Amino acid sequence: MQDFQKLIQKKKFWNGLAVVLGFITLLFSLLVVLVLFYDLAKTGVPRLSTDFFLNFPSRFPAKAGILSAWVGTLAVMGVTALCAIPLGVATGVYLEEYAPQNWFTILIELNIVNLAAVPSITFGLMALGIFVYEFGFGNSILTAGLTLGLLVLPIVIVATRESLRAIPQTIREASMSLGASRWQTVRDHLVPYSSGGILTGVIIALSRAIGETAPLITIGALTFIAFLPHPPFIADPPFISFQWLSDAFTVLPIQLFNWVSRPQEEFHVNAAATGVVLLSLTLLMNAVAIYLRYRFRRGIKW
Amino acid sequence: MTRLLTVLIVLGGFFHINFIWANNAIIKIDGSSTVFPVTEAMAEEFQTEKKGAVRVTVGISGTGGGFKKFCRGETDFQNASRPITEKEMADCATSKIKYIELPIAFDATVVVVNPKNTWVNEMTVEQLKIIWSPEAQGKITHWNQVNPAWPKEPLKLYGAGSDSGTFDYFTEAIVGKAKSSRGDYTASEDDNTLVQGVFNDKNSLGYIPLSYYEENKTKLKMLGVIGGNQAPKKNLAVKASRETVEDGTYFPLSRPLFLYVSERSLKRAEVRQFAEFYLKNASILVPEVKYVALPAKAYALAQQRLSKNQVGSVFKGHAEIGMKVEELLKKETKL
Repeated sequence: MQDFQKLIQKKKFWNGLAVVLGFITLLFSLLVVLVLFYDLAKTGVPRLSTDFFLNFPSRFPAKAGILSAWVGTLAVMGVTALCAIPLGVATGVYLEEYAPQNWFTILIELNIVNLAAVPSITFGLMALGIFVYEFGFGNSILTAGLTLGLLVLPIVIVATRESLRAIPQTIREASMSLGASRWQTVRDHLVPYSSGGILTGVIIALSRAIGETAPLITIGALTFIAFLPHPPFIADPPFISFQWLSDAFTVLPIQLFNWVSRPQEEFHVNAAATGVVLLSLTLLMNAVAIYLRYRFRRGIKW
Repeated sequence: MTRLLTVLIVLGGFFHINFIWANNAIIKIDGSSTVFPVTEAMAEEFQTEKKGAVRVTVGISGTGGGFKKFCRGETDFQNASRPITEKEMADCATSKIKYIELPIAFDATVVVVNPKNTWVNEMTVEQLKIIWSPEAQGKITHWNQVNPAWPKEPLKLYGAGSDSGTFDYFTEAIVGKAKSSRGDYTASEDDNTLVQGVFNDKNSLGYIPLSYYEENKTKLKMLGVIGGNQAPKKNLAVKASRETVEDGTYFPLSRPLFLYVSERSLKRAEVRQFAEFYLKNASILVPEVKYVALPAKAYALAQQRLSKNQVGSVFKGHAEIGMKVEELLKKETKL
């Protein structure tokens, strides 16, 4: 009997230790983020103003702004999303719902998993060879968006497959027993039900892409650029223009890096302010992802 | 029907894409991050003067990375923190890119120690060589090994990373061979990291660009450099300053920075205008971004070289240490 109690006590001790350790680790990682953000915000937030968002970079730290950088980031993210979402979701649906289990699909799956671990600079080098020189896209927004799109593609594919897997098999059987084809099942049931998980994956993928610098520098993103891309809407027919896809660009992390490495203290303040903008964007995107997941989960009861 | 219309409109939009930039009056510049602040200032002012009719873009691919693009004809101007190398000359020759070499400013590297360091105020080039040569790796670890009069304290070294032009120049000027340096020191491409490192360590020694010293005077102590027999001031210690860099007495750690312009691009009016604008405004804008301007005469000589389309480089593929810019500009160029 006593032996038994001792055993229980021992197990309880280990259990308690695990809880305490886990909590400390959690606090520590949270603390690191908070301290970093506080430090950045303390220097950077006073610099944030309308002018800071509406000015081009300049050699005068007080006049310099991030207009070309945030417009560039926005445009590149747009192309990234347009490239990664359709391709990623389609691949995920195919692998999960259509593909037969054979050595070929296993090979593809293995490649996707490996692709997620490839360093981003490698994607940059590949894009330099293929998009910039082979296809002749130059160092344009299109090249950047496609590069980052390929970079985050594995994340979208994996997220799509995971959320499709979470749908019970009975839903598919019920749909097909009513005469729906496989495509109708996918379109009317599986994709809508899994859209919460897919969206979360997409947003997490984009919030990774937004901070990428290395592949963009490789494909020739610029540092000083004091003009905006061509507008997407024009006065003459056909009223929309994709000329902006071919424009040169810079993005927030590149602008940040450039200011950090300047000798003048005032530029470091600008860098901190840019950091606040970038970090807020990432946090905002993640918050949206969490909210979407919450909303879609609430609406689904199997 | 509406779906078809949407598709047609989107397709129409795509026909607007035009990947040729030339007709947009864009000047493309790339290259060294050291030269970047100067060119950025020029680009900013030039675009203001042209009221947006000409667009200028400046990238930072490093001097080496920039030359690769320049010699493929992808850029109009190349920012360079060192002269073009033989290999780059060959690359440019292969693709029939001719270039005009324009010195635009001085950059000086200063040797700094911690302000609490009481034992050293100046150093000879030989002492710097003892400290930084590859043979010193793992051997020269204490101050008294360089000079017995100095204390037996550990010697902590901070210097530029191997991708930077400062590294190339410092090693060439001190060790005698570019890129030849000991490896056991704290290396960073970001000079602010080096400033912090030297500031936080009493026994440290480092080298950084002059502009970074000027912004951090209270955190660092600059050493005078004794150039030796080749130096104008022989065995006198000289500290880096605007005056000593401009008159050439700060030896051997000051060097000219360059702008290379492609001769083919110069046929476009806006490119020639930008090059002229650069040389005309350099004496005002260069000090504004904390670099040392060349003597006025040097800019005039460079202007002449530009108007005569004198292509090629005066260097035979490697930097010359401590040569006056006016003398350089009078030398014959070679492609």
